[in-house]
Amino acid sequence: MNTTVIAFEIMAKGMGGIFAAAAVIMIAIMILQKLTK
Amino acid sequence: MDFLLEGIRAVTWQQLVMYLVGVGLIWLAVKKEYEPSLLLPMGFGAILVNLPYSGVIDQVVQGKIPAAGIIEWLYQTGIESSEMMPILLFIGIGAMIDFGPLLSQPFYFLFGAAAQFGIFVAILIACLMGFDLKDAASIGIIGAADGPTAILVSQVLGSAYVGPIAVAAYSYMALVPIIQPFAIRLVTTKKERSIHMSYNPAGVSRTTRIAFPIVVSMIVGFISPQSVALVGFLMFGNLLRECGVLNSLSKTAQDDLANLITLLLGITISFSMKADWFVNLQTIMIMCLGLVAFVFDTIGGVLFAKLVNVILALLRKPPVNPMIGGCGISAFPMSSRVVQKLAAEEEKGNIILMQAAGTNVAGQVASVIAGGLVISIVSQYL
Repeated sequence: MNTTVIAFEIMAKGMGGIFAAAAVIMIAIMILQKLTK
Repeated sequence: MDFLLEGIRAVTWQQLVMYLVGVGLIWLAVKKEYEPSLLLPMGFGAILVNLPYSGVIDQVVQGKIPAAGIIEWLYQTGIESSEMMPILLFIGIGAMIDFGPLLSQPFYFLFGAAAQFGIFVAILIACLMGFDLKDAASIGIIGAADGPTAILVSQVLGSAYVGPIAVAAYSYMALVPIIQPFAIRLVTTKKERSIHMSYNPAGVSRTTRIAFPIVVSMIVGFISPQSVALVGFLMFGNLLRECGVLNSLSKTAQDDLANLITLLLGITISFSMKADWFVNLQTIMIMCLGLVAFVFDTIGGVLFAKLVNVILALLRKPPVNPMIGGCGISAFPMSSRVVQKLAAEEEKGNIILMQAAGTNVAGQVASVIAGGLVISIVSQYL
């Protein structure tokens, strides 16, 4: 596969992965805050 | 007396360039105080490894007797074979970070994610410039704005450019006060930079502070197993800090461990600054790409904050100052201070430091996650 196409795929997967991780961590902290108030 | 001149006769012009690079790094460290703990050892090491027949790298004396060199040994043991040094440094970094501003406003995690955009822009441009995938990915990770992550990722992926990447990562981290205001002004108006934000943080319970490093390690481990070494050791350090019963270990991690590893890391990395590996066109290209990565990190974070403002306007809620998106990078606390200074310049008395600090620590976690994700994703294509 063309390296440039791969680089676009890496960008999509990478940013998607970081946002997914950040969103899950954010929700987990919110739940933790509620539970431990 | 000929043997006394053997060394000086063997000097190449590339090694002369490296002496200048070494002196330049030491000058930046001493005179400008740019990341002195790393740039000074790297600069001095760059001179040591480039002396002809240098005893700090492996040599064959008189054409037959092998002699081990200490800097080469440190590199092979501490970085090449196990990535031990950058990973251990994360314990100290984790112990230093107070995640309180982020835990009280967890929404800022998303800004930290957005500000990793520059990594992927730099990977794309590096590919277009002809670097192969593992080198392009290693160059892109300069945009994590995190020296240990950059060293680790480039080492794990087997990049041939660990030295230039480390130099670029640490140099640009030190140049955040110059790079970020430029990038922020490119994509914001004066009116946007003057937006005030109220600060009403929710209290953070001790249980949350203790649970946070455990939860983050597990979540990141499930999503990106390759990140576990990075995130796990960062969070281990933070757990030492927050547990409240290991204060002396936490202090040791923050001071002694971090200082010891930092001291050795700089001089160890200098092994990859040998003239024949360093003095070439690729190094200049890598320095340019590092700058691109930092600029696009900032732009990505700011544009995401502007997008958030569109959504907040629809919900009839007060906007955020888009500049806080720009400090979702790992350079803590420099980036948040830069953004606060910009806000105060635009309008006297505008204080957004705590919001910026929350985004900045989010960037520290996000950059480490990004490093692990880049390793995981790129490995699939190699």
